[in-house]
Amino acid sequence: MQKSEDAAIHMPQDFSELTFVVGDLSSLEKMQTVSSLPIFSNQVIEFLSELSSILLKNGRSFSDVVTFAFWCRKAALLKERDKYKNCSLCFGRGIAFHSTPSNVPVNFAFSFAAGLLAGNKNIVRLPARDFEQVQIICSAVKMVLQKMPEMIPYIIMVKYPSKKEITDYFSSICLSRIVWGGDETIAHIRNSPLPPKAKEITFADRHSVAILDADAVLHTADIMRVAENFYNDTFFTDQNACTSPRILVWLGKNISDAQSYFWNAVYQVVKKKYELSPVQAVGKLAAFYRVASCKKVELVPTQDNLIMRIRVSSLDVDLMDFKYNSGFFFEYEATALSDILPLCSVKCQTITYYGSVSEKIKDFLNISVPNGVDRVVPLGKSMDFSLIWDGYDLIRELSREILLC
Amino acid sequence: MITLADLWEMAPYSCCKEEKTKVLTDELKQLTRYHCQHCPMYENMLRGVGYDEKKVQTLTDLPFLPVSLFKNLELRSIPQEEIFKTMTSSGTSGQAVSKIYLDKETSVRQQKALVKIVSSFTGFSRLPMLIIDSPSVIKNRLMFSARGAGILGFSIFGADRTYALNEQMEIDISAIENFLQRHEGQKILLFGFTFMIWQHFYKELLKLKKRFDFSRGILIHGGGWKKLISEAVEPQEFNRRLTEACGLHDIHDYYGMVEQTGCIYMQCEYGHLHASNFSDVIFRAPQDFSVCSVGERGIIQVVSFLPKSYPGHSLLTEDEGVLLGEDDCPCGRKGKYFKVLGRLKNAEIRGCSDTYAARF
Repeated sequence: MQKSEDAAIHMPQDFSELTFVVGDLSSLEKMQTVSSLPIFSNQVIEFLSELSSILLKNGRSFSDVVTFAFWCRKAALLKERDKYKNCSLCFGRGIAFHSTPSNVPVNFAFSFAAGLLAGNKNIVRLPARDFEQVQIICSAVKMVLQKMPEMIPYIIMVKYPSKKEITDYFSSICLSRIVWGGDETIAHIRNSPLPPKAKEITFADRHSVAILDADAVLHTADIMRVAENFYNDTFFTDQNACTSPRILVWLGKNISDAQSYFWNAVYQVVKKKYELSPVQAVGKLAAFYRVASCKKVELVPTQDNLIMRIRVSSLDVDLMDFKYNSGFFFEYEATALSDILPLCSVKCQTITYYGSVSEKIKDFLNISVPNGVDRVVPLGKSMDFSLIWDGYDLIRELSREILLC
Repeated sequence: MITLADLWEMAPYSCCKEEKTKVLTDELKQLTRYHCQHCPMYENMLRGVGYDEKKVQTLTDLPFLPVSLFKNLELRSIPQEEIFKTMTSSGTSGQAVSKIYLDKETSVRQQKALVKIVSSFTGFSRLPMLIIDSPSVIKNRLMFSARGAGILGFSIFGADRTYALNEQMEIDISAIENFLQRHEGQKILLFGFTFMIWQHFYKELLKLKKRFDFSRGILIHGGGWKKLISEAVEPQEFNRRLTEACGLHDIHDYYGMVEQTGCIYMQCEYGHLHASNFSDVIFRAPQDFSVCSVGERGIIQVVSFLPKSYPGHSLLTEDEGVLLGEDDCPCGRKGKYFKVLGRLKNAEIRGCSDTYAARF
């Protein structure tokens, strides 16, 4: 096999630092000779739904694993497939190299599943940290591969320390590079060149915004449910995911009543579930002073350091440069929804909302056409993965369509 | 009632709780107002936090700035042309360093306080001084690193200042031998940074099987235990081993930071760190920043009336410690005495961006 010998020659000297969690050197060689698959191929759907059933059993104790498993149920995938039924000649681009964030356990699985559904052969660089979730998912993948050995050349999962040569190598053999992990990681990985025909999808640092209708909050049937949802959008990821709201924009009449009702409930949830380390408490105080040093802001007194509320009287374009995590919230009382335009720069990813404001948001987006905002989702749904992410249709981005006239 | 002038005059550990609290509270309130008037960023910060001087009843009611702010912001209460020197913290490469802007006045205050504190341990005459470091540390005088500043600051207590390490940080045996010969039978001062002493002095002495007699020496060292804790060296162990290796037994650790130079916290004969007349320590509970009681672990806040050229008179450090008592240390010194437990542990924060994770 001439081809695989070529590949072997290009392999970096120090593969010793590379750990294969799924697959091995021989599957890496095979990967370079097997064909890509059509998008939403039956074997991929079968593979993922097998994976889903195993994870629904083995991953029960982790809500994020369950969420992933639920997402790749057969029925859910078939529903997704329907959206692409007009693509008759769509195939994976080739090898997709996924560099996944080191501090979100399950993100890699979504990235990988998207790559597979788009018909690609996938090399996934796993998070550096040893998350139990990663182990659970990887061993489930291996179990399915035993049943479906024909999928072996399509899935490789690796771990390696910061080693440019290895990244260089994977970059040199891929046709799509998917980079999670924010601006710094993107800058770092771009030191490794891609083949001319390859493309790159990057997930840069983003910020997100919550829009709350005060009257809807005051009249909600279940304020604790609202608080739980907000907790999942924010504290669950230390309020540090791209999707986590950094600012709450309040609409409506009884804003101050709604705020105390809302925060009181959120506090109860946070108090029960969240552990704030001393360094986070000091970090939040420093972040507050940093923004206060140059902007007109006001710290709203709270009972302790769990929730930091910062009232802002205007929405400046650079306000989000002062964002922080671990329960650090700007709050703004809007007179009209269009007030939020300065927040909706190209860096703005998700708007989460509570109350019947989605029509208003739609109008705002249509009229103002902000540079940013890639998702608008109800409160509590900010983390729900979708094949349309960050403004990319991942299936289309990771596949090619053949024109047949 | 004593005044600020009295605090400067009296012995550095002689002011009791009531008097100290009263005079420090008054002085720090005034300093807070002063910095508000002279540092617009500081004024904005206090407005943001809703500071109201009328509500300040005691020291602990004053606002405190996290020290990390000095890394990002140019915080000073003097115009550019009055900057006499800029001190920087000893950050490892790649990390932002704190920048502290000093004018003549603040610099003199720091120096005076340091003299009062240290001479109460070393005596008033200058002692022959052996610096356990390399002379290269103080070469660049434009930017004072914490290490360089420490050495220069302590140099005023020494005569015949001699470096025990060469430019390459290697132990200079002949320099030490000559130094000891010159001062045979005299009391001598040794100064250095805890980790440097351990790594480049103590360990080298062991390796070379060299036995010097420092039994007449007083060693003052600081700079933290972080690196040594990873080598599992406890303070008592450190002292014991040095006594064993070279007869040193008069050993004093100190706690201090570049953000509040001068008013260092010296360790007494009982192993306790002491606040002097020039500053105070407050321990705050991480969950709500409330004041901890004796024996309760907390984040260390330091207050001092020395900083006038920059708003660093009330700072929240990134260290944890515990208050052991006040005015009643068996060593006889008045004021608070405490223990430093180390740096706050870095949290592993979740999120999409890898900035917080160790470079992978």
